[in-house]
Amino acid sequence: MRFRFTHVPIDTADARRALLDLGAGGYATFEGWVRDHNEGREVTRLEYEAFEELAVAEGDRIVAEALERFPIKHALCIHRIGELGLGDMAVWVAVSSAHRGEAFDACRFIIDEVKHRVPIWKKEHYRNGDSGWVNCERCATAPRHVHTHA
Amino acid sequence: MQVNIRYFALMREQAGRSEETVETTARTPADLYAELMDRYGFTLGPEQLKVAVNSEFADWSRKLAAGDAVVFLPPVAGG
Repeated sequence: MRFRFTHVPIDTADARRALLDLGAGGYATFEGWVRDHNEGREVTRLEYEAFEELAVAEGDRIVAEALERFPIKHALCIHRIGELGLGDMAVWVAVSSAHRGEAFDACRFIIDEVKHRVPIWKKEHYRNGDSGWVNCERCATAPRHVHTHA
Repeated sequence: MQVNIRYFALMREQAGRSEETVETTARTPADLYAELMDRYGFTLGPEQLKVAVNSEFADWSRKLAAGDAVVFLPPVAGG
């Protein structure tokens, strides 16, 4: 499996073994961490939720595309779901290849595609007690606001 | 005909449930979403969503069949 979810902290030491290859001279990883701010608001924690059946299928397709597009040896992406605190690792991407250039390029490709295509949702909780679904609330707020004051 | 619907994230909160089976005359996901918007007052319009039928991305104009599992996907935010 080239893309998977975990409900517990991502064990990168264990996961990286899937990337080992005597023909690989380079290994690049990307870690996405929970940040304490977003768009000017203080974030205190996050919740990730996924439509797992479709997300795993789409994540697998993305990694397969990377393996076709770049001359790399192995690639793997693990995404965490559930409740995460500040500093926790939300996503991990790893690529091994003969040379470093394609490892960096494939790693970038995978994380960019995952963020755009895989059905995963992130709810931010803010210092002031508010919360909101990232990429959903701004478009959603306007009509609800109108309702409130109608 | 009956179809099964699952809700995630903002859609789940606005529907107040994570899944349901509904009796509908909707022929397509587009028709079905229009019915559900009336029922739950979803704030996201169909142009902001994607749709999946039986765990694969689908067209809004796909013909629905009895027993289909439908998911309306709000804008994603992984990573």
